[in-house]
Amino acid sequence: MTGFLLGRLAQAVLVMLVMSVLVFLGVYAIGNPIDVLIDPAATQAMRAAIIRQYGLDLPLWQQYGHFLGNVLRGDFGNSFVFRIPVLSLILSRLPATLELTVVALLIAAVLGLPLGLWAGYRPDSRLSKAIMAFSTLGFSVPTFWVGLLLILFFSVEMRWLPSGGRGPAGALGLSLWTREGWTYLLLPALNLSLFKLGLLIRLVRAGTEEVMGSEHVRFARAQGLPERQVVGLHVLKNIGIPIVTVLGLEFGSTIAFAVVTETVFNWPGMGKLVIESITSLDRPVMVAYLILVVLLFVMINLAVELTYGFLDPRVRTR
Amino acid sequence: MTEAPALELRDLRTEFPVRGGVLRAVDGVSLRVERGRILGLVGESGSGKSVTGFSIIGLVEPPGRVVGGTVLLEGREISGLPPAAMRRLRGARVAMVFQDPLMTLNPVLKVGTQMAAAVRAHDRVSQRAALDRARDALAIVGIPSPAERLEAYPHQLSGGMRQRVAIATALLHRPAAIIADEPTTALDVSIQGQILAEVRRLADETGTAFLWITHDLAVVSSLADDVCVMYAGRVVERGPAARVIAAPRHPYTAALIGSMPTGHEPGARLPQLVSGSPPREADGRPDPGCSFRTRCPRAAPDCARPPPEVYFGEGQLALCHHPLGAPS
Amino acid sequence: MNREALLDGWREYRRSPTAVVALAVVVVIAALALLAPWIAPQDPYDQSALDLMDARLEPGSVGSGEYVHLLGTDNAGRDLLSAILYGLRLSLSIAVTAGAVALTLGTAIGLTAAYYGGWFGAVAMRIVDLQLSLPAILLALVLVAMLGQGVPQLMAALVAAQYAYFARTAFGAASAERRKDYVEAALSTPLSGPRVLLRHLLPNTLPPLIVVVTVQVATAISLEATLSFLGLGLPVTRPSLGLLIANGFQFMLSGRYWISVYPGIALMVTVLAINLVGDQLRQVINPRRRR
Repeated sequence: MTGFLLGRLAQAVLVMLVMSVLVFLGVYAIGNPIDVLIDPAATQAMRAAIIRQYGLDLPLWQQYGHFLGNVLRGDFGNSFVFRIPVLSLILSRLPATLELTVVALLIAAVLGLPLGLWAGYRPDSRLSKAIMAFSTLGFSVPTFWVGLLLILFFSVEMRWLPSGGRGPAGALGLSLWTREGWTYLLLPALNLSLFKLGLLIRLVRAGTEEVMGSEHVRFARAQGLPERQVVGLHVLKNIGIPIVTVLGLEFGSTIAFAVVTETVFNWPGMGKLVIESITSLDRPVMVAYLILVVLLFVMINLAVELTYGFLDPRVRTR
Repeated sequence: MTEAPALELRDLRTEFPVRGGVLRAVDGVSLRVERGRILGLVGESGSGKSVTGFSIIGLVEPPGRVVGGTVLLEGREISGLPPAAMRRLRGARVAMVFQDPLMTLNPVLKVGTQMAAAVRAHDRVSQRAALDRARDALAIVGIPSPAERLEAYPHQLSGGMRQRVAIATALLHRPAAIIADEPTTALDVSIQGQILAEVRRLADETGTAFLWITHDLAVVSSLADDVCVMYAGRVVERGPAARVIAAPRHPYTAALIGSMPTGHEPGARLPQLVSGSPPREADGRPDPGCSFRTRCPRAAPDCARPPPEVYFGEGQLALCHHPLGAPS
Repeated sequence: MNREALLDGWREYRRSPTAVVALAVVVVIAALALLAPWIAPQDPYDQSALDLMDARLEPGSVGSGEYVHLLGTDNAGRDLLSAILYGLRLSLSIAVTAGAVALTLGTAIGLTAAYYGGWFGAVAMRIVDLQLSLPAILLALVLVAMLGQGVPQLMAALVAAQYAYFARTAFGAASAERRKDYVEAALSTPLSGPRVLLRHLLPNTLPPLIVVVTVQVATAISLEATLSFLGLGLPVTRPSLGLLIANGFQFMLSGRYWISVYPGIALMVTVLAINLVGDQLRQVINPRRRR
């Protein structure tokens, strides 16, 4: 177990290192932020001062050395655009992205589980076919396009919900505490959830079908267990572990995909920030975002892999 | 002798739709098991013996379905009951044990949880009371320290132990009949012997009737009181186990016995019979003749007609135009 | 693959009417994209032909070109139908090219890893797995940020985000085949290694790869549209479907829905149809529960 843990940790560190080189190289090889940052009318001395201030005159490997050392100290530098430390800039946007992601995953879980269960329990029924069509639609249609349709219907046509923005943030920087907060949150969260919902429905259905066809379900029925119990006890317990695992793993990719939803709904999270930083060549923000998201990703994967062992009795008690 | 048999089948028929017709998996099976007796139901794989078992408890895998015949449990007709009523009987008055003990228990649920669910499917008792009954049932089938076993997950138990758990689960409600679908096939020989002895004792002590489905005549000879031999969905011979094995009358039974390994050690796999395999082709029209005639060494032109019931005394019966030995 | 097998496959495929319709839709869309320069009323990339007077005309109106704009015009005065046809052409060609490159690259990696096995195979597949665990959009963001914008950059991002799926699939199928006796036997003959690779391993990886290709082309179209929508894809002068939708977005709130909606429908139908074809192909190739 310890060996496994160490191996996984080493691997995580390796991924982070590779990613940092990649991100650094990638981001520092494009464009010329000096042009963006500095007023063309600025004097040569001012230019030089700014270039030195940001370390843009050093050779690339030295810039990377600096960069890595700073990153390890949590210092990602200052945003070229906002002129404040990048880490605090990103962290200030984190609650918005986290609440959007978590609510989206909850929506996907709350809807996906019963729909997938039904589709797997009665695979040939009309409702199941409709559910599966919906699921295919869910991960075929690009997220941004669904977002636009949601805005067109709920905001432009029906005028029920705002077309973008975020409600007032309360405790912990979250906007969940007020009704108004939810009116802003609902559409983007729904939008972000649809892809995962489609995925989850398929997963739950496949798991349910497999368990329903298993000998132990047949044996449970031979004991006269009511169908409610067959599904509630046997099916749920069996598919529960992989579903929890997948939800955990999808958490990271949902944060990454929030980039799209945040842009569509003008949601002031990390994703919108990074898109803006790419278009304005605000390199430190891009770098910090990519590194932090990959770090988040690696940590989530690690945590999921470890908890999996504790959830599954077949692994746990061996 | 006025007591109704624990389980009786009359002309049971189960069909599966297949491409271009139907497969008659169970084609007019009649049999009866008295209280406390063990009936061995023997045949090759594909002979319809397992489907017979599932037809009795109403759990034939769709799209297969029971299309005719009667199932009587303690004299009461249970075929054609609505699903809810059938469910109340299942596990309570008639139970079933499956072939592979590695597959029949849910790997992610504790033994106690699964057994308690089976108790509470029929009786409104507390979880604690249900667990107590589960523990007692485990003790009855000879499982040591049963209270600890309730806390175990299936993978922590051996195959033989798991099958005992399955049998204990079937016994929870003291059903009138237990259908056992090759429950010892997957176990090794010594474990199999122990379980067979245990089952014999249970039948004698509790009065539970067993329908013991197997392809292994050695098991039948050491366990069963009576035997039914099935071929291609039909019963071709039946009678007291000892008599049928000592003096088979149907050529198919004779072939089965002839293929038994010498020494009669239980657990040996049935080798390939004479030649060919049971007819499984489905066509639109039923074939009234003897299904074994395509492989039968004694086949004659008249075998294309429905085979007669020929009695040989002591309840031995063969359905054959040309049985071995003279009828009584 | 012989004629018989193909016919059998088609018979199996035909069992789902939805999938047949989806296939027809894919064929029609591919034809429209191919023929766009001949059937579109206008060349939407010809800046000199655009007239801002024609901007944001409603569907069915007649513009300065004196023909009916069936789907209206966009904010630059492009005939929307023409823009959609050209956009489809662009989106499809990018996705298909990227798919082909990713397929070749991924298959090569997967096959080589399966053929050599050992630590080389293990390390190669470990890298592929690590990459698979990162979402495509994240990889694409890194690469677009790294390489800048434009068609080749976009394709590179798509290839990088997708080759791993092909590598994983090819490796799985090929290493299963690699362990079979006849391959071992073939390897012990004077037949050269590469020939075994091409003769025996490659053909066995093809069926699952075909399924992955359809799914990945659909994903690539979707991803390209998403990147373009985010402003990270193609230049404004050559709008793909994603960019058309993005451009129309700002006018949607004021009721000029068509600029976004019609390209969006084209995008949705394309991706959905390809995915449905892929789903059915998976059934045909891997009939896990054929009734």
